[in-house]
Amino acid sequence: MQSTTRDFKDNVKKAIVEPGLQKALGMMKTGFQVRRLAAIEKLPEFEQLRDQARDIKNHVLENLDFYLERFERKVTEAGGKVHWCRTADEAREAILGICRGVGARTVTKGKSMIAEEIALNDFLEEKGIEPIETDLGEYIIQLRREPPSHIIAPAIHLNKTDVIDAFQKAHTHLDPDRPMEEPTTLLEEARGVLRPKFLAADVGITGANFMIAETGSTIIVTNEGNGDLTQILPKAHVVLASLEKLVPTFEDAATILRLLARSATGQEFSVYTTVSTGPRRPGDLDGPEEFHVVLLDNGRTNILGTEFQEMLRCIRCSACLNHCPVYATVGGHAYGWVYPGPMGAVLTPTLIGIEEAGHLPNASTFCGRCESVCPMRIPLPKMMRHWREREFERHLSPASVRAGLAFWAWFAKRPRLYRLATGMAARLLGLFGRANGRYGWLPLASGWTKGRDFPAPEGKTFMNQWAKREKAS
Amino acid sequence: MSDARSQILGSIRRALRRDALPADKVAALEARLGDPKPNLIPARAQGDAKTVVELFADMAQNAAATLTRVKSARDVPGAVADYLASQNLPASFVMAPDPELDTIPWSERPTLSIRRGKSEGADQVSVTGAFAAVAETGTLMMTSGPDHPSTLNFLPETHVVVLPASKVVGPYEEAWTRLRAAHDGTPPRTVNFVTGPSRSGDIEQRLLMGAHGPRRLHVVLIDD
Repeated sequence: MQSTTRDFKDNVKKAIVEPGLQKALGMMKTGFQVRRLAAIEKLPEFEQLRDQARDIKNHVLENLDFYLERFERKVTEAGGKVHWCRTADEAREAILGICRGVGARTVTKGKSMIAEEIALNDFLEEKGIEPIETDLGEYIIQLRREPPSHIIAPAIHLNKTDVIDAFQKAHTHLDPDRPMEEPTTLLEEARGVLRPKFLAADVGITGANFMIAETGSTIIVTNEGNGDLTQILPKAHVVLASLEKLVPTFEDAATILRLLARSATGQEFSVYTTVSTGPRRPGDLDGPEEFHVVLLDNGRTNILGTEFQEMLRCIRCSACLNHCPVYATVGGHAYGWVYPGPMGAVLTPTLIGIEEAGHLPNASTFCGRCESVCPMRIPLPKMMRHWREREFERHLSPASVRAGLAFWAWFAKRPRLYRLATGMAARLLGLFGRANGRYGWLPLASGWTKGRDFPAPEGKTFMNQWAKREKAS
Repeated sequence: MSDARSQILGSIRRALRRDALPADKVAALEARLGDPKPNLIPARAQGDAKTVVELFADMAQNAAATLTRVKSARDVPGAVADYLASQNLPASFVMAPDPELDTIPWSERPTLSIRRGKSEGADQVSVTGAFAAVAETGTLMMTSGPDHPSTLNFLPETHVVVLPASKVVGPYEEAWTRLRAAHDGTPPRTVNFVTGPSRSGDIEQRLLMGAHGPRRLHVVLIDD
């Protein structure tokens, strides 16, 4: 996918004044968060499971070469094939080869972020193969020819009227005056349009939430059942997965599965958790005749052994997006590439470079909610800080930021002066601001006051108050 | 082996600052895989047979499945016929060619019209068994094979599952242990864990039932 991450600031300026987007995002703030909390309150072991899940993935990453080889051996034994791919280009070519091998004209697709990462749809279209997204949200955005704005709710930036428009334009074989007001009729319509496509597809491509080294199986998790029709009806099932999705055993997957749906949608378990191993067996009445795993690196092994390694524990649940005040304000498209929100702010620079994605790790107040909800205990704010450090070291930050930081560093290294000056500033700002309790304009702070008021300090700095408290105790 | 393969493995080893794992380490990892141990199992999923059956019934209904309980296999045809009538569905269905289902005296309900096989997409109703059921979240576990085509779990709008209570276990791990025992290493091609009917929240985050899979999931639980 072509990145517009460099334009993050412009993207944001547009996003925050876009009424349709803001309406759609407004609905997000309550749903996911409330449901997640309700689900984890019903599972007292949730925190312990988070520790175990973190340890499982750490164990896998430390032994990744072993588990990958073992996984490949089991896939092969079950009659499948693993395609090792260093780059997006290699993965696209591997998939094209499989499609050509079965003479594919249409390909159904379950939801896959890796497919977005390698811009698979555009590529297949260029090669004369029609890709059909089957997840309802993905189908809607495919019709609109836009990328997903959320990793599990790809069309979350849209309102019902947008869906009606898209269906009116695409489903021209249907009566243009049909009633479309009810969301259920829209779902019905999509189901009706997609069913024959499922039955006609030659190849089905899904992602993988997990790969199991013990058995060479892959697991997908969905609510619609589209990922299942995608894989059991066509001649060939292609699993497109990045290599960190491995877990040793089903037991290990089960532990993480207990966290996944609860963290994502607040469900206790997703509707469909499907374990696929090899092609159909002799005597089976249905199922694919070929099973391929396209195993993609695309920069992941560069993260291994660095301060960003922990990011490879990510299970793409989206809890960090759903709890991020920045994401909730600007939406997913502003981030300009495949992965938005806090996980994207860390992952995107590792995959497309900090030169391109430098804005993302800076778009955070370090409020820490992402880390507090991450089921895999990934220290996202810490890693965003690492990116800021790298950016600074490589002289990629703007001159004004560097000058500001240099001034602050000079100041902060002189504690007496620092305390004196901040104490005076707090007193003055407190004194003059007492009347209305806030400032609508401040010298040197227009970047802040243009968008919102600056609350007037109450006259004492944190250091003053701390010293007083220490004395009192 | 391919360049890509050796390069990827090579860069992993470089990143981890080591060579391929030594034999003793490999043996330890193989041992972990050879004798998989469950991690923490939530207290909720543990209990005697009666408790887990009750939990399964509750959790399945929480996930929007419906459920009727019958005393024996003899009562199943009546329960299925009543369910179909209650939903205004025709008394005909495609059934998994499963020897266990064939022991049910379907002929005692001559109004039921039954076809055995996979689904091609035109069937409104399917009836299948299940390999196991997981009480923890009210989840059915279905395995593909000559006796259970996976299309029956997804294509028809209504899926009826006949489930003897003896197949209900507490946690997922126990269901998988049973599967390992039955299949000796390689699982069946497709193992479906199904928790309630199909749904989507992709239009304005409203929960809508019956996205691509079944709109209705009905369990006939036999208290054997």
